[in-house]
Amino acid sequence: MKAAVIVFPGSNCDRDVAVALRQACGHAPVMVWHRETELPDVDLIVVPGGFAYGDYLRAGAMSAHSPVMRTVAKRAAAGVRVLGICNGFQVLVETGMLPGALMTNRDLKFVSRAVHVRVESADSVFTDGYRDGQVIRLPIAHHEGSYFADDNTLRTLEDRGLVAFRYVSADGAVNDDANPNGSQSGIAGLFNPERTVLGLMPHPERAADPDLGSTDGRPMFASLAAALA
Amino acid sequence: MRTPAPDPEVNQALGTEHGLTPDEYAHVVRILGRTPSYTELGIFSVMWSEHCSYKSSKKWLKTLPTTAPWVIQGPGENAGVIDIGDGLAAVFKMESHNHPSYIEPYQGAATGVGGILRDIFTMGARPVANLNALRFGDPSDARTRYLVAGVVAGIGGYGNCMGIPTVGGETEFHSAYNGNILVNAMTVGIAQADRIFYSRAAGLGYPVVYVGARTGRDGIHGATMASAEFSEETEEKRPTVQVGDPFTEKLLLEACLELMAGDAIVGIQDMGAAGLTCSSVEMADKGGLGMDMDLDAVPLRADAMSAYEIMLSESQERMLMVLKPGREDMARAVFEKWELEFAVVGTLTDTGRLVVRRGGDVAADIPVGPLVGEAPEYDRPWEAPPGAAPLPDGVDHMPGPPEEVLERLLASPDLASKRWIWEQYDSTVMADTVAGPGGDSAIVRVHGTTRALAITSDCTPRYCKAEPKTGGMQAVAEAWRNLTAVGAKPLALTDNLNFGNPERPPIMGQLVACIQGMAEACRALDFPVVSGNVSLYNETDGEAILPTPTIGGVGLLDDVSRRGSLALTGEGETLILIGQTHGHLGCSLFLRDVHDLEAGPPPPVDLAAERATGDLVRDLIRDRLVTACHDVSDGGLYVAVAEMALAGGVGADLRAPEAPPLAAWLFGEDQGRYVVATNDPNAVLARAAEAGIAAAAIGRTGGNALTLGGQNAISLGKLRHANERWLPAYMAGSAEAG
Repeated sequence: MKAAVIVFPGSNCDRDVAVALRQACGHAPVMVWHRETELPDVDLIVVPGGFAYGDYLRAGAMSAHSPVMRTVAKRAAAGVRVLGICNGFQVLVETGMLPGALMTNRDLKFVSRAVHVRVESADSVFTDGYRDGQVIRLPIAHHEGSYFADDNTLRTLEDRGLVAFRYVSADGAVNDDANPNGSQSGIAGLFNPERTVLGLMPHPERAADPDLGSTDGRPMFASLAAALA
Repeated sequence: MRTPAPDPEVNQALGTEHGLTPDEYAHVVRILGRTPSYTELGIFSVMWSEHCSYKSSKKWLKTLPTTAPWVIQGPGENAGVIDIGDGLAAVFKMESHNHPSYIEPYQGAATGVGGILRDIFTMGARPVANLNALRFGDPSDARTRYLVAGVVAGIGGYGNCMGIPTVGGETEFHSAYNGNILVNAMTVGIAQADRIFYSRAAGLGYPVVYVGARTGRDGIHGATMASAEFSEETEEKRPTVQVGDPFTEKLLLEACLELMAGDAIVGIQDMGAAGLTCSSVEMADKGGLGMDMDLDAVPLRADAMSAYEIMLSESQERMLMVLKPGREDMARAVFEKWELEFAVVGTLTDTGRLVVRRGGDVAADIPVGPLVGEAPEYDRPWEAPPGAAPLPDGVDHMPGPPEEVLERLLASPDLASKRWIWEQYDSTVMADTVAGPGGDSAIVRVHGTTRALAITSDCTPRYCKAEPKTGGMQAVAEAWRNLTAVGAKPLALTDNLNFGNPERPPIMGQLVACIQGMAEACRALDFPVVSGNVSLYNETDGEAILPTPTIGGVGLLDDVSRRGSLALTGEGETLILIGQTHGHLGCSLFLRDVHDLEAGPPPPVDLAAERATGDLVRDLIRDRLVTACHDVSDGGLYVAVAEMALAGGVGADLRAPEAPPLAAWLFGEDQGRYVVATNDPNAVLARAAEAGIAAAAIGRTGGNALTLGGQNAISLGKLRHANERWLPAYMAGSAEAG
C-alpha cells in the first residue's frame, strides 16, 4: 500500500498516523505539505488530526480551501481511498467530501477520553478487519465533534448504511450517556456513498500498540494495508 | 510610522514606580554614571525584578544539590537536561504563571503553558509531555469556580493545539489561595544528548535574529507585576497579561526544530518574562559580549511603539537567536516556510554593552556585565518557623462508621476525582502515553523505544505551613516515591517555589526552611534539582499563600513492560503494606476535612527508610512480584486502597491490626509507605524482611466492595459516585457539591 499523509501547518497527529501506517504495511507513508498541488501516486490519502491553520475560523474551514485539498478531492473522485481522522474528518466535511457538519461538543468543552464505538459496517476497505456490530474502544480528543446533519441527510446515511461508527456503551447500546459530544444518532464516523472515503472523530492511530492499552485501532490499518496491497 | 509618545522624565520617583528601591535606583545611576533614559530604567527594573533576578532566593537556591553523573545541564539555562541513555536526553522545567492566571485565567494559564514549552524547545528538545500543578482558593469563594474553569480551558486550549499531551498534575483547594492561585506548568522534552542548544552568544559580528510572532504592547511589565503583592487594584492590571496563540507556537516549534537539525544556530533564547530585554541581556552576558540592536528592524504589531515598549513587551511566541554569518538566508527560508517573522535585529560586539537604537537615536546604552552581575542579591532577614504544637487528645476517634468517613473524604475537594479537569486535556496525542492522568506518575514512552519516562508533580502545602523543613523534605520524597510506585528510577527534579512576600521575615523563614528540607531529601535520595522557578509575593492584602514548593520529578523505566499501576486487577490477591505505620494524624486530611482541625506536626520523613523502601518496591515491580502498587499519601491507607479498587474495579477486604487505633491506622499519613497487591505474598514478605523493611499483609482483593474484616461494606459504585461526583457538580454550580 502506498499512502500519503497531508501535513497542514497545525497538524499534530501526522506522525502518529504515519507510525501506525508503517506498522501496518512495513514502509513509511509520503508526508505531503499543504502547499503542494500535486500528489504522488498513492492508494490511500490520510488527512490527520490537529488544528490545521489554527482552526480559528471554524475547525477545518480554512483547510478545505487549501491547494492540497483540491487535489485530494480530485483523487477521491477518481476512487483513491481517503481517511480523515478528527480534524481530518472536520476538513473532509468542510470540503463537502462528506455530508453534514461537526459542531462544538454538547458540553462546550474539549473532551479527551477513551470511548466505545460500534462498527456499523464492516463492508469497506477501512473496516474489513472488524465484525459488523463489534464494539471497540478508541480515544477521542476534540472540541468540535458533535455531528450534525439535516433529517434528509441522516435518513440517507442510515438507509444506505453509510454510518461507519457509532458511540455506544460498553455493551453496545446507543444512548446519551455513551455519547461524548452530542452527535446526532451517536454518529462517530461516516463513509461517502462509494465507501471510498471515511471520516471519524476517534483516533484509531492512538490505539494501535499494546503499550498504549488498546490495539482496537490496528485492524483499520491492517485491513487497508491488505486491501490496497 | 507615527512617532512614539515622548519619554517621561526619569527620576527616583519613577524608579520607585518601576519597583526599584531608592538604593537600587542609586546603584543604576552609579553603573551608568548618569541618570538612566526611560528605556534604560525599564530594562534595569525588569532585570532586577524578583522574577528575573531571584534576588531574595538566590542565596538559598545555591544550597540545593544540582549534580549527578546523569545531569548534563543543571539550573541556569532555559531548562535542566539529564542523560536517559541511548544518546538521548530529557529536558524539563516547571514554571509558574500565578499572577497572570489570577487576573485573566484563560490567557494567563495558556501563556504559562506556552512559555514553558518554549523553554524546552529552545534547547533543541521536542516536548513530549505537559503537567500542571494547580492550587485554587476555597471552593466556596465566589471567584474560585470562574478561575478553575478559565485556567483549565486555557491550559487545554494551548497544549491541545500544540499537540503535546498533558499527562498529569495535581489540583487542590485551600482558602489561603483565595487571592493568589497557583498555576505551575511543567514540560518534558526529549533531545539528542549531543544536540542541546544553549543561550550563550558567541562570535564577534555574528547576526542577532528575531523570529516568531510580531511584537505588540501586551504584557509590558509582566515580570514586575509578578514581583509585587496584589491589592484591590488588581483588575487594573489585566492589560499586563499576555495573549497566547498556540498555532503560532506550533509553527515556531516546528521551524526551530527544523533549523536546529542543521548547524546554523550558535545560541538561542526564548522571549519569556521581560521579552527582548531578558533574552538579549542573558545571551550577551553568558557570552561575555556586547550587542547592538536596531529596534526599527523588530517586526511590530502595533503602531508607534517606543523603544521602552519594544524592549519590555511580553508578546508571546518569539525567539532570539545568534546565527553563524552567512546562514541568514537559509534560516529565513525555514521561517518563511512556516509563515513566521524573521528579522536580523542586531550584531554581537566586543564593547560589552547593550546598545539599543530606535529611529536612529540611542535609546539605551548599558554595560551588560554590571546589569547582570551587580543585580541586587539580598540576604533577607528570616525567622525560623515555630514548630507545630502537638495534637490535642482524642483526635483519633472515628466520628461515625469508617466507610462513611471514607466516602466523605473521597468526595472532599482535594481527594475528589479530577476527571472533569483532565478530560479537557488531550493526554494521548503523540501516541506514546502509556499511563496518563490518574496514576502515581504519568508514563510516556521514549518514541521508537521500549523505554519510558515517568513524570509526576507533588507538594503538600499544609505540611509546609506546619513545619516548612519537613514539608520541603516531604515534597521531594513524595515525588521520588510516586516515580518509584510505577517502577521508575527517579533521576532528577525541577522545583517551582511559590511563597508570599520575602520581605517579611516569617515568610522568608518558610522559604529558607523548605529549601533546607528539600536539599536534605535531594541529597539522601540522589535526586538533584536541575531547573526551577521562584514565585514570590503571592500575597493579597497581606495574606500569604501556604508555602508551596512544587516538585516536578522525572524518572526512567528501562523496560516499559515492567511498570507498576495502582489498579487492582485480580481477585484473591494479597494486599501488603510496605513501610512503617505509626498512625500519624497531624496535618492529615482526616483531621482537616472530618474533624475540621488543621493542627499538629506533619508526618516525619525518614529519608534513609524512604530510600530503602523505594528501592525494594522498585525491585518488586521489576521482578514482576506485584500486580498493583500505590503509594500511601493524602488521606492515608484507606484512601489509597479505595483508589486502587476504583482504578481496577476490584474490591478488597482489609484486616486492621490491634494498634494503632482504627482511625489512625486507616487515615494516618505516615510517610514512606506503599500498598502492593501480589499473588506471591511469601516472596514479597521475604524480600522485605531481607531488606529490613516493615511489611505486613493487610487484606485480600476481590468482590465489588471495600470491607473491614468482612464488615462495614461499601460498594465500589457508591465510592465511585462520591469520588467522581464532586467536581462536575461543583463546576455546574450544583448544590450537590455542598
